Amino acid sequence: MDEFMAARLQMGVSLGFHIIFACIGMVMPWFMFVAEWKWLKTKNEVYLDLAKAWAKGVAIFFAVGAVSGTVLSFELGMLWPTFMEHAGPIFGMPFSWEGTAFFVEAIALGLWLYGWNRLNDKVHLYTGMVVGIAGVLSGIFVISANAWMNAPSGFDWVNGQAENIDPVAAMFNKAWFAQSHHMIIAAFSATGFAVAGIHAILYLKNKLEIHAKAIAISLAFASVAALLQPLSGDHAAKTVAELQPAKLAAFESHFETGKGASLIIGGIPDVENREVNYAIKIPGFLSFLAHGDFNAEVKGLEEFPEDEWPPVPITHYSFQLMVAIGMFLAALGIIFLLGSWKWKHWLEKRWWLTLLFIATPLGFIAIQAGWIVTEVGRQPWIIYGIMKTKDSLTPMPGIQYTFYTVSVVYLLLSFIVIWLMSRQIKMLQSKYQSND
Amino acid sequence: MTETIIIILGICLLLYVLLGGADFGGGILELISRGKASGIVARAIAPVWEANHVWLILVVVILFVGFPTVYSTVLTALHIPVLLVLLGIIMRGSAFTFRHYDIEEERPKAIYSSIFRYSSLITTFFLGVTIGGIILGEISQDYSKGFFTIYMHPWLNLFSFSMGVFLVILFAFLANIYTIGETREEEHIKRFTRIGKYLLIALVGSGALVFATAEIEGHPLFYEFYHSIPSMICFILATIALPFLWIYLNQNRRTRVRIIAAFQTSMIVIGWFAIQFPVLVKINDGTDITMQSAAAPKQVQLQLLIALIVGVLIIFPYMGYLYKTFKFDNKTS
Ligand code: HDD
Ligand code: HEM
Ligand code: HEM
Repeated sequence: MDEFMAARLQMGVSLGFHIIFACIGMVMPWFMFVAEWKWLKTKNEVYLDLAKAWAKGVAIFFAVGAVSGTVLSFELGMLWPTFMEHAGPIFGMPFSWEGTAFFVEAIALGLWLYGWNRLNDKVHLYTGMVVGIAGVLSGIFVISANAWMNAPSGFDWVNGQAENIDPVAAMFNKAWFAQSHHMIIAAFSATGFAVAGIHAILYLKNKLEIHAKAIAISLAFASVAALLQPLSGDHAAKTVAELQPAKLAAFESHFETGKGASLIIGGIPDVENREVNYAIKIPGFLSFLAHGDFNAEVKGLEEFPEDEWPPVPITHYSFQLMVAIGMFLAALGIIFLLGSWKWKHWLEKRWWLTLLFIATPLGFIAIQAGWIVTEVGRQPWIIYGIMKTKDSLTPMPGIQYTFYTVSVVYLLLSFIVIWLMSRQIKMLQSKYQSND
Repeated sequence: MTETIIIILGICLLLYVLLGGADFGGGILELISRGKASGIVARAIAPVWEANHVWLILVVVILFVGFPTVYSTVLTALHIPVLLVLLGIIMRGSAFTFRHYDIEEERPKAIYSSIFRYSSLITTFFLGVTIGGIILGEISQDYSKGFFTIYMHPWLNLFSFSMGVFLVILFAFLANIYTIGETREEEHIKRFTRIGKYLLIALVGSGALVFATAEIEGHPLFYEFYHSIPSMICFILATIALPFLWIYLNQNRRTRVRIIAAFQTSMIVIGWFAIQFPVLVKINDGTDITMQSAAAPKQVQLQLLIALIVGVLIIFPYMGYLYKTFKFDNKTS
């Protein structure tokens, strides 16, 4: 493996690891808030137990999210110093606001986790809300920084230097809104289905009230998010079509420019011959999705020099995977909403709980896939159209070894966290068993 | 404007040393006292743990937004020690949390504890080594030289290593002082007072070592101190604080010991800032990166300053509330 590949993989592994913890740390406080609020309202102790049980897991996820985030903030400069030297002042503004949001989040979380006996009920409850809001804000800020890499703005590029920098315009670049709503919704849907799935399998084994309540709270969020997701994704795709036509063409494996372009579902892209085999093609639909008109022209990869093509197959498969999962989760969302509205007995059925269990990891898989679409689809650019990724690589040799080290550490850490969670769950189970 | 940002940067760094440092020191102290301190340390740092570490993030963000060449130069030349610091941060942070939240069982707890302790030590040491590398001025920007000259020599030297040792002792001392304040048991107070005295002696010794090794590596640290009035004042004040620390430690005057220890540490850090000023990173060919040469364009600085001021206005009161809730209410609960 060469240095360049190793650096890209290290970045991808570190971000892919962090994002899981960041999403959970951002979304779970909302669930805990609802549980605590319900407890205060109904005085049903089960809600309190639930909030406290979740809190233990969240503390672990939050800590791992914070350390892996700290690592990221250094890694950007350790791997891509040239990029950061030029980009830092331009896209740094959301990062500086994010710093404040993180801070508020960390303080509020400390108060919430350790303050059960020290704060009064109302203050404690709303502290949970502060954690949630600050988390979502920091998510939006960091996404806006990433969006700037896709849609650079707020500066003039003169002879390899940025001039007339306007950090505010950089922050509100053309991609920030589409990426932000899509990411935040994704976080709610992925975390919600993961939580619901775990409680569903426990509920199948043992019909405890606590699991039923947990499923209800997490799915209330997740089902709405899952229904919004395709709409939000459609907006994201339209934005990409406008700003990064090469990326859109890559994830659709769309080689030739043409009017009434067809939507390609599945299939195996053959880059050399510029075609997709074994795919289902729906005529006109790509034009409609990208530009809202069945006859619109969609640029194909042929418009771009071949050395500026992103890796087509990876981008294509990842996109297909994300959309497929998105449709599946949206279907689950519909079942849940119908079930809560009219057909309550559905939600007790074995098939339903099994479906939920199957969905446990899917949201997070879609998140990873989505980021691969975004990041790999932007290649070979690190700042779209401005700076190539390979030109920003650190001169330090031996990145392979740092890549192996970082990967092993994160792999180990993932195993430990999974193991810890299963211990926590067992403990919860045995606590309720002994109460029976 | 650049000065204001630098001052805020300095404050963040100082707070990281005082608050985050005590937390790193907690692990080292557990190691020194063979685990006697673990309960107290854990109780003292758990609620403020996350918040204490955001100071570092703030430092990093201010650097890459406001002084991008500092950020990229340091992270390139000192890639290796920084990587070791990061691995340490991952391990100690996770191990600390796992120990706190995993269910009660002896064996895993013992494993988390030793990871937490040893990685606290390693992290602190390499943090010191990194700072030493920034001060010493062996960083090279001539990438045609060999691997050793560019990526090892700047930090693989006696001076940087004594900075590492110094930081380890300083952080352990800070943690020790906080720990005495957190316990009411006679036996613990006695033990930590004794450890505190040893650490104080070691602190003076390693401080001397830093100056001595600077001379050996050809960096006139003593001369620089001598020729900067503010840093001389800091140096004198830090030295005057020593006997007071010793006396109050003996008399078990917790609050005074805490305040003086924090004061002394601040003097050390501020003294260092004063001799550096306005240089941010020393380069071996003399083309040092200064505050002015590294500063981002004016508009960027302005936006950064606005974000920092708004941030400070929100964070400081809230942080105060956090500390009030967990640190000073002890007596009542
Ligand atoms: C639960 C996760 C999840 C689900 C179900 C979906 N997405 Fe997604 N998608 C993401 C999670 C995600 C993501 C990981 O959050 C990304 C990466 C960058 C971003 O902002 O969001 C993303 C990126 C992303 C992009 C690229 C944006 C860019 O490069 O700027 C497009 C076009 C879509 N998505 C479209 C869709 C469509 C049409 C979906 C149909 C249902 C869909 N996504 C479901
Ligand atoms: C958290 C979710 C994210 C994930 C999972 C993710 C994933 C990835 C992946 C897989 C790569 C490697 C792409 C390749 O080289 O082919 C990459 C590269 C990169 N990402 Fe992201 N990314 C995320 C968010 C961000 C954000 C928020 C930023 C910055 C603000 C960012 C900055 C970068 C940089 C600098 C690179 C290296 C250059 C490049 O390959 O473009 N990423 N990321
Ligand atoms: C280049 C990309 C990124 C960098 C440099 C980064 C940096 C960080 C840092 C330094 C922290 C620790 C703050 C603390 O101690 O509280 C953190 C935590 C966090 N990050 Fe990231 N982050 C990145 C990507 C993302 C993305 C894509 C999200 C998406 C939603 C995100 C959301 C969060 C959240 C919510 C936290 C708070 C901790 C938690 O809830 O677990 N980050 N991040």
